Amino acid sequence: MTVVFEKTKGLTDVQTHYCPGCTHGIIHRLVGEVLEELGILDNAIGVAPVGCSVFAYNYFNCDMQQAAHGRAPAVATGIKRVHPENFVFTYQGDGDLASIGTAEIVHVAHRGEKISTIFVNNAIYGMTGGQMAPTTLIGQKATTAPFGRTEEHSGRPIKISEMLSTIHGAAFVERVAVNTPANIRKAKKAIKECFQIQLDGKGFGIVEVLSTCPTNWGLTAPESMKWLEENMIPYYPLGNFRRPGEDE
Amino acid sequence: MAKVLMKGNEAIGAAAIAAGCKYFFGYPITPQSELPEYMSRELPKAGGVFLQAESEVAAINMVYGAAGAGARVMTSSSSPGMSLKQEGISYLAGAELPCLLVNIMRGGPGLGSIQPSQTDYFQATRGGGNGDYRMVVFAPSNVQELVDLIIEGFDIADQYRNPVMILGDGMIGQMMEPIEFKAPIKRELPVKDWATVGTGGKRKPNIINSLYIAAEALEEHNIKLQAKYKTMNETEQRVESYNIEDADVVIAAYGTTSRIAKTAIAKLEKEGYKVGLIRPITLWPYPYNEFKKINPNCKGILTVEMNNGQMIDDVKIAVEGKFPVSFYGRTGGMIPTPDEIVENVKKIYGGEK
Repeated sequence: MTVVFEKTKGLTDVQTHYCPGCTHGIIHRLVGEVLEELGILDNAIGVAPVGCSVFAYNYFNCDMQQAAHGRAPAVATGIKRVHPENFVFTYQGDGDLASIGTAEIVHVAHRGEKISTIFVNNAIYGMTGGQMAPTTLIGQKATTAPFGRTEEHSGRPIKISEMLSTIHGAAFVERVAVNTPANIRKAKKAIKECFQIQLDGKGFGIVEVLSTCPTNWGLTAPESMKWLEENMIPYYPLGNFRRPGEDE
Repeated sequence: MAKVLMKGNEAIGAAAIAAGCKYFFGYPITPQSELPEYMSRELPKAGGVFLQAESEVAAINMVYGAAGAGARVMTSSSSPGMSLKQEGISYLAGAELPCLLVNIMRGGPGLGSIQPSQTDYFQATRGGGNGDYRMVVFAPSNVQELVDLIIEGFDIADQYRNPVMILGDGMIGQMMEPIEFKAPIKRELPVKDWATVGTGGKRKPNIINSLYIAAEALEEHNIKLQAKYKTMNETEQRVESYNIEDADVVIAAYGTTSRIAKTAIAKLEKEGYKVGLIRPITLWPYPYNEFKKINPNCKGILTVEMNNGQMIDDVKIAVEGKFPVSFYGRTGGMIPTPDEIVENVKKIYGGEK
């Protein structure tokens, strides 16, 4: 019998804790598949964030470190400097990377640290119960923005990929979404290219993945996919912002 | 080996390299900046990596990553910078990662000054970060001891899988003294088979973590940590004492202040006073037992610090109410003089020798 589909070796057999309809599961799977396909699973060291994906250290089938809130890029720096031959990646949410950890992500890019970051943007704080994130859209309601975010009060949502693409050491920056099968395929391609950048020693790489939070958005899973498409993608345009040598 | 004249901060770097430290992550702050400067120059020659982080917060988390990856790693700072590192220190303790931390203290609170102080005693010995954790805190009083304790500190960190702190002050960091690099005592250290180095396809993944989401699991983790701290408490106490069995007055002082106390004691002895000294070398674990050896007819204990009274709490715990405990301290970078200490000892005598 021919096996046409099986679980990736990049993930452990542990059941994930994610809410129904959350796309962390899809993103985990893509990262796991890429680690396996590039043959770097045995050599990889991952860093898990604080937030919904804090338990990523239980799910990825490689050595993992859990970091303090926002500090994953600094932790990854320490690991990479000790083991430059290992593949080192961080997996971070928007509260972690775009709020408390902005200094760390900017400087890891600035140094051209040879690590890769998966940045999951669902425009809200998930783990702590739906508070406003720096990425929360204008008009979007959150428990700490009960009448909807306004620009006057909180500023516009921060565009991390656009910001990082201005930094020379960021060798690869791409924004993808996982709301349709076609976009999921593009997301995997971007993750693979990003990881290859590190393997080639070209500098820092980041893939921003637009993701869903049905629980805190107060929507069903299908409604969430639609909301992502209609609200997030227009503000956070998909595409590649930077490849090596683009500002030479 | 011949003696060399070295500045305290640079001697720390030389000692760390001699101890096999390969990674240094730090951020400049006076009065300890000669140490990262030394490491930026010398560590690459020893096959290591120096990296100047964007902040103290990043530096300590780089230490966390490197320690978790199995390396001998250190960072250093001075008081306000050390405050920023407290988050990471708590995580290092929680994840049981070995590293060496150096705090060359300056005056506070806040930005304070750049002059020497001993105002971070509480922060160092009580845990400036969150949670119930402890670490061995060494308080060297001269540059030779600084060198010896750095080398020992790395070993203790590895032995217990725990951060170790060297608590000096701006005076000891900036002074030059002749030192000798002695061959360190070789310890049997545990293999770092828990480190994240890549599985190599040969074992299950290693996980470095301080999160135990279930209450039962976290309590179990804490019970394990406390058992380790108990062993550290019983095994790693270091103290120097002088003439405490027949002293009329005992001075308790550590680090720079203990050197001034020694000068005061010499002056007092010439005048016929009998004054002893207890100098804790470890501020945690605190050498409480040493105070049991004090002359039962002792008139009182004088605690001398460059702060407004922090170690005095430990001295009071140690003497269990048997002797009156008084305090003399200067702050803001002011350093107690031998004469000021002499005067305060004489007050305890109450005019009678």
